[in-house]
Amino acid sequence: MSKKAIAPLALTVVLAALLAGCVKHGHYAPGASATPAAGAADQALEARVEEMMLTSFKATGIASLDRQVRDEVQKACSSPVQPDAETMRRLEEGQMATIQWPSNGDFTGGDWKEGARIAISGRGLTWTDASPDNNGGGCYNCHAMDPGEVSAGTIGPSLVGYARLRGNSEEIVRYTWGKLWNAKAYNACSNMPRNGYGKILTETQIRHLMAYLFDPASPVNK
Amino acid sequence: MKRKLMAAAIGVTAAFAAPLAFTSEELNFDAYRQMLADGNPAELFEMEGEELWVTARGPKNATLEQCDLGLGPGVVEGAAAQLPRYFADTGKVQDLESRLMHCMETLQGIPSGEIIGGKFRQGERGKLASLVAYVVTHSKGKPIAVDVSHPKMQDMYAMGEKVFFYRTGAMDFSCASCHGEDGKRIRATHLPNITTNKGAAEGWTSWPAYRVSNSQFWTFQHRLWDCFRQQRTAEPVFASDVTIALSVFLAAKSNGYEAQWPGVKR
Ligand code: HEC
Ligand code: HEC
Repeated sequence: MSKKAIAPLALTVVLAALLAGCVKHGHYAPGASATPAAGAADQALEARVEEMMLTSFKATGIASLDRQVRDEVQKACSSPVQPDAETMRRLEEGQMATIQWPSNGDFTGGDWKEGARIAISGRGLTWTDASPDNNGGGCYNCHAMDPGEVSAGTIGPSLVGYARLRGNSEEIVRYTWGKLWNAKAYNACSNMPRNGYGKILTETQIRHLMAYLFDPASPVNK
Repeated sequence: MKRKLMAAAIGVTAAFAAPLAFTSEELNFDAYRQMLADGNPAELFEMEGEELWVTARGPKNATLEQCDLGLGPGVVEGAAAQLPRYFADTGKVQDLESRLMHCMETLQGIPSGEIIGGKFRQGERGKLASLVAYVVTHSKGKPIAVDVSHPKMQDMYAMGEKVFFYRTGAMDFSCASCHGEDGKRIRATHLPNITTNKGAAEGWTSWPAYRVSNSQFWTFQHRLWDCFRQQRTAEPVFASDVTIALSVFLAAKSNGYEAQWPGVKR
């Protein structure tokens, strides 16, 4: 009974995916549509979902309804399939322009011990958090960093031995600051949050994380 | 009897919650799940729910024995395995929780607003969770059989799928950020890949669940609520469309998989 019930839906899904011609990782791509009619239907659905993402939520504590509205990047990346290369480049350019580089051109001055604390803490910005300040970076949710920390997530690549492996050339230091400030400048649909741009972390906190990644004394590089 | 079980549950919590807080639950989870298999502490909630089902309550002083969960008035056996579904009497797609809430309002006169405006594990919403424990237990071992042929079910599925990939909030997360690939972890916690049927079923067929770490029974609405919290969105409204849409999406993808209800979790 269950198999039969889902068959028509599955068929539409398969058809849509075939029409769209973009099955990635075997998932169906709802956002992409080849025919104008399918495109219009998808846009109507999209509009109703946007509406629902407002009406099904309420503001609680520091989590206001603004959070339910997507910016350009979030919108373009709300599908299992990435936008085309041209769109990605355009979005990344826009995000690159938001990065605040250190005012004095100096990326150093952070304390790796402070950086470790920020990397370990995953707290902040939920509706149960009292204030939008003093957030953690939640880096260990997604990355291995200190090889001694076994409880490291795998959503992002391992950062173990970061500076030991990559050195500390001007180029890599600059890239890392940029990546920490706004990860979407380098990959518009990255799973990594935009720490500086999104006001998750302060410039001082990012400086501490730079030390955590680059200081030879940091456990990351041991 | 009840007191004895409670004592057992506390014992279990004390023995397992502490080490788990510090080690990867992946390492020993199967072992303790097995130990709990014969005595899931969710039984306490199930027993309370069974009692609530037959107790005359509310302004109308009625029981829930006439509540129709989709298989006819009073039928509990297998009811949870075919939810969410479209109900002609309300003209809505409802999950187990919103349907029970509807029954409590229409049969007993308990206003839904009290539950929607309430808090998890408290007051009427807490009682509702016990009813959930009772109902899902009667689908344990049954294959998920959600009928998505009704256009409103198809619509909810399509909406749920869109929501699953909807990136928003301070950290740009969607459900897919954490549940979009195989074999990923947040810290030591394994994350099912909900874009696959197997991964969706892993979640859907194991919630509602008893959480050993805090000795709480969590419904699926509660599970979703906490994922939205981690996603850094605003707070989802209890039984709102977004929760129903996601539930339809997960449940339909789980069709054919066996319900493990109630689950036991970290
Ligand atoms: C929710 C997941 C997530 C979180 C949280 C996260 N990252 Fe990432 N990070 C990624 C992913 C995924 C990549 C891979 C590249 C990409 O697509 O952006 C990445 C890439 C990086 C890179 C570049 C690595 C390279 O090889 O070029 C650095 C450096 C980095 N992250 C540091 C951090 C730090 C420091 C934090 C905490 C403040 C953090 N990340 C938080 C997911 C995350
Ligand atoms: C920032 C990370 C994150 C986001 C975003 C997220 N989740 Fe989760 N989810 C988790 C974690 C961590 C767990 C495991 C929690 C635990 O064991 O206590 C989990 C557990 C679950 C489970 C239960 C899985 C199981 O097998 O027990 C389901 C179902 C689920 N999430 C669905 C969703 C949905 C739907 C969304 C989007 C509304 C979502 N999640 C968004 C991190 C996330």
